Formats: sequence, C-alpha cells, structure tokens
Amino acid sequence: MKSPVYLDYQATTPVDPRVLDTMLPFFRENFGNAASRSHSFGWKAEEAVEQARADIAALIGADAKEIVFTSGSTEGINLALKGVAEMYAEKGKHIITSQAEHKAVLDTCKHLEKQGYEVTYLKPDKEARHSAEQVAAALRPDTILVALMWVNNEVGSVNPIREIGKLCHERGVLFFTDATQAVGKVPVDVQADGVDLLCLSSHKIYGPKGVGALYVRRRNPRVRLVAQIDGGGHERGMRSGTLNVPGIVGLGKACAIAREELASEAARCIELRERLHKRITSALDHVHLNGSAVHRLPGNLNLSFAFVEGESLLMGLKDIAVSSGSACTSASLEPSHVLRSMDVGDDLAHSSIRFGIGRFTTEEDVDYAADQVIGAVRRLREMSPLYEMVKDGVDLSTVNWQGGH
Amino acid sequence: MAYSDKVLDHYNNPRNVGSLDKNKASVGTGVVGAPECGDVMKLQIEVQGDRIVDAKFKTFGCGSAIASSSLATEWLKGKTVDEALEIKNTQIVEELSLPPVKIHCSVLAEDAIKSAIADFKSKNGAADSTKKAS
Ligand SMILES: Cc1ncc(COP(=O)(O)O)c(C=O)c1O
Repeated sequence: MKSPVYLDYQATTPVDPRVLDTMLPFFRENFGNAASRSHSFGWKAEEAVEQARADIAALIGADAKEIVFTSGSTEGINLALKGVAEMYAEKGKHIITSQAEHKAVLDTCKHLEKQGYEVTYLKPDKEARHSAEQVAAALRPDTILVALMWVNNEVGSVNPIREIGKLCHERGVLFFTDATQAVGKVPVDVQADGVDLLCLSSHKIYGPKGVGALYVRRRNPRVRLVAQIDGGGHERGMRSGTLNVPGIVGLGKACAIAREELASEAARCIELRERLHKRITSALDHVHLNGSAVHRLPGNLNLSFAFVEGESLLMGLKDIAVSSGSACTSASLEPSHVLRSMDVGDDLAHSSIRFGIGRFTTEEDVDYAADQVIGAVRRLREMSPLYEMVKDGVDLSTVNWQGGH
Repeated sequence: MAYSDKVLDHYNNPRNVGSLDKNKASVGTGVVGAPECGDVMKLQIEVQGDRIVDAKFKTFGCGSAIASSSLATEWLKGKTVDEALEIKNTQIVEELSLPPVKIHCSVLAEDAIKSAIADFKSKNGAADSTKKAS
C-alpha cells in the first residue's frame, strides 16, 4: 500500500496507464496539428481526434458532430451558459440553476446577472437534490435555460436528470447539465435523458488535466451558441484554438475504457464505499451521512463527525488524502455552500469529510483509512467540550453560546 | 495549509487536556465560541490564594484553536490572577506563528482566559455576599 492513501477522486484522478500509453505517440512522432490539411502529420492528428470524438460521443449516447473540445468543465460551463444566454437573449433572459452547483456555474451566473439576466437559484432538498416539479414551478415564459448538475461533486447526490430533461423538452426550454462527476461513473444517454448541453472533464475520468468536452445537441432541438473564444474557427466556430491533440486522444481513450468498465467499476466502488462507511459507523457514534443513501455517486462518501471540527480532523489524517467541507480549509471562514444549501447545520458542515473512491482504490486502502479516521475522531472527541457536554446530557441547541465569530 | 512546528506540537501533544470540577468554588470556567462558527473553547483554572495552580482545556476547533488553548493553559499555570489577565492574543499569535486567517483562534483563547477568571471572581464574590443570607 502506498502512503498517503489517495481518497480524493472527486478532486481529480490519476491518469490510467492505458490512457498515457495512447497519448505518448502524439507528443513524439505524431505531433501534427489536426488542422493541417496538406500533409500526413496533420491527417494522423485529425484522424486521432476524430476517433476520440467518436469514443466520447459513444459514452454519452451522442453523435460525434455534437462534441466540442474544451480545456475542461470550467470552460464548458462558461461556453454553455454564456453562449446560450447571448444567442437566445431575444427569447428571454431568465435562467434556472441551483444553490448547490459548482462555483464555475454559480460565478458564471453571477456574471450573467451583471449583464442583465435574471437567475433563479433553486434551493436543494436535504439530500442536495432537485425534483422536476420544483423546476416546473420555477419556469417562466422568459426562461431560456435550466442548468442543473448531474452529480454533486461534494456530496455525490444524483439529480433525476431524465425527469428534468423531459420537463424541459415539453416546455421548450434548453437543458444544460454539468456532468463532470457523472460521465463514466453513472449511465449517461443524452437522447433518453433529454439533455441539450452537457460538459465533461478528462481529469475526473482517468484522463489528463486541461481537456474536456461540451456536448451541443444538433437535432430536436438544434442548439446554437455564441462562441466565447474567437479565432481560427475550429470546432465549427464554437471554440477556436489549435486542438490539444495528446489531451484529446487521452480523453477519448479514457471514455472508451469507461464505457467498457462502467458497470463493474461502479459495483466495486459501491462495495468499497459501503465497507468504509460500515467500518466507521460501527466504531463511532454521531456520524452523519451527507447526501443521499440511494441516489449517490458510487465512489463518494461524505460524512460529518459531530463534535469534531473538520480541519483539525484533516490534520490528524496525514496519511490519507481526503477533503473537508469545513471553513478553515479555504481562506474564507464559511463552511461549504453545498452543505449550507442542504441545511446540514453549520456545526455539522464544519465537521464534514469527503472520501472519494475510484479505480485504483483497494480494500486495504479503505480499511487503513477507516482505522485512521476512527483513531483521530476518538482522540479529538476526548478533547472536545461539545462531546463532553452531550455525554453529560446537555442539549447543545439550548446552550447560549458566547462570543461566536 | 502549512502549520508551524509549534502548532503541530500542541496539536499532537496537547498540554492539560481535561476538566476540573466546575462546581468547586476555587475553579473558574470559561466557555467561548459557538459550534456553528467552528470553534468552542472551554478553559478552566483552579486558584489557591491568588495563584493559578492548575489549568485545563477542551477545544472543538481547528488545529490552531487547539494549539492556542493548549498554550494558554501552559502559560496560566503558576501565574497570579492579575498576571493572567495580562495575557494578550498577540503574544499567542507570535508564539505559535499564526497566519492572519487564524488570528481569531488567539482572540478566542484570550476571551476564554478572561471568561474563566470572571467566573472565578463572580463565584467568590457571590460566595462572600451570599454567606450571610443563607
Ligand atoms: C461538478 C464540477 N463542475 C466543474 C468542475 C470544474 O472542472 P475543470 O477542472 O475541468 O475545469 C469540477 C471539478 O472541479 C466539478 O467537480
């Protein structure tokens, strides 16, 4: 077992060795520019790019012509939201999204608000999910776009995408989903699921960083976008710039592997996740699961350890790489906006840890992590005035706290 | 985030973790902070004459909050009550090399000291004045 144990697969994933092997020739002998039409260097690069485009499309049930290469999901989100907003401004200026979205969506929406668009930020339920009924209630005649993520990156909740997609199509509103955490992990079929625009990112699915794709529907309806990066007119004018051929080849291979292994990998991740969860909860009391027990990303476990603060817990977990929804890990003193939007309670939000399990996680890793967590939580609870009060029968909600910050 | 060696030392080997009997007249207890803010400190002192003979803490908070309260108990022991009131959060910041985002931890530790001393004083003030009444 390697130490520290990597359990942060929602932050990023290692490149699969099969992906790296596929990429290497495109740094060496096949270094051509995919836009070069006059020689074999260019043709080889173009052929590889088109193979990747087909592999990506196949994974999500799209047509290869509907794939636009990007530098990752942040760019895909910007292109989808700003591109649609600009293109359809005459039809309306209202967008619906969620408080639990990734910052890339929230900040892009903030930008659009400054440009005169109106954005409704739906509040998720306690499991960080949205229903189609909730979306329906927020639709207006001037709504042009619904933007809701497929899988939440912090708590792993899976939205009922098919129902939301069906609603949007019935009502003639475009539907964009940030599927960064979903593609390759849960079944995605843009036709059956009624998705019009979807972004994905290579580094979350065992491909290299700095490359991704945006799916843009071409039929029923044909979605049009205003390009956000102008130049040589690459990617049918939607995204100019010389293509990152090795990165795209890697993303394509990553998608081909994911398509083959999705089902078996999901089953394995769920097994490891449940093993980790059981081990921890059989040794510790007052452990809360954040997100849904049922509608959940296979490789995500997000737990709050009551009466223990997240950053101090991370300090005690030196040999495992996880992340915390606690305030102190970021420069701000606010706990995660996702946990807040779910009404987890700031005290529990401060004590949350996200465990991300993936392709290279072993049983041994999970058992080691569980032992580390149990030891650290026990030690910190011995030191916690809150745990002592609760053990003495004090109801913390009735305490009049002094001098909070 | 990178922690100073002193913060790490206090986190890994906290001094004086525990509780004193809060009902004893010689013990002053201060509880400051709030769970939803991510830090709560309980700091207790035991006073004989005017000297602090023991100090204990329990802290819910980040590593810097744990270190600040651990350090505070170390500094309190052996000081007179008046000397203890002189402890400033800036001294804690300096000793532990706390970065700007962690200064609130040292402020909380100073508040906890003041609160424990106030509790001790009010208990003993109150003990004197209620003696006759009962
Ligand atoms: C849900 C979600 N959306 C967007 C992003 C941003 O993706 P990228 O790193 O490819 O820009 C991430 C990753 O951090 C994510 O998890």
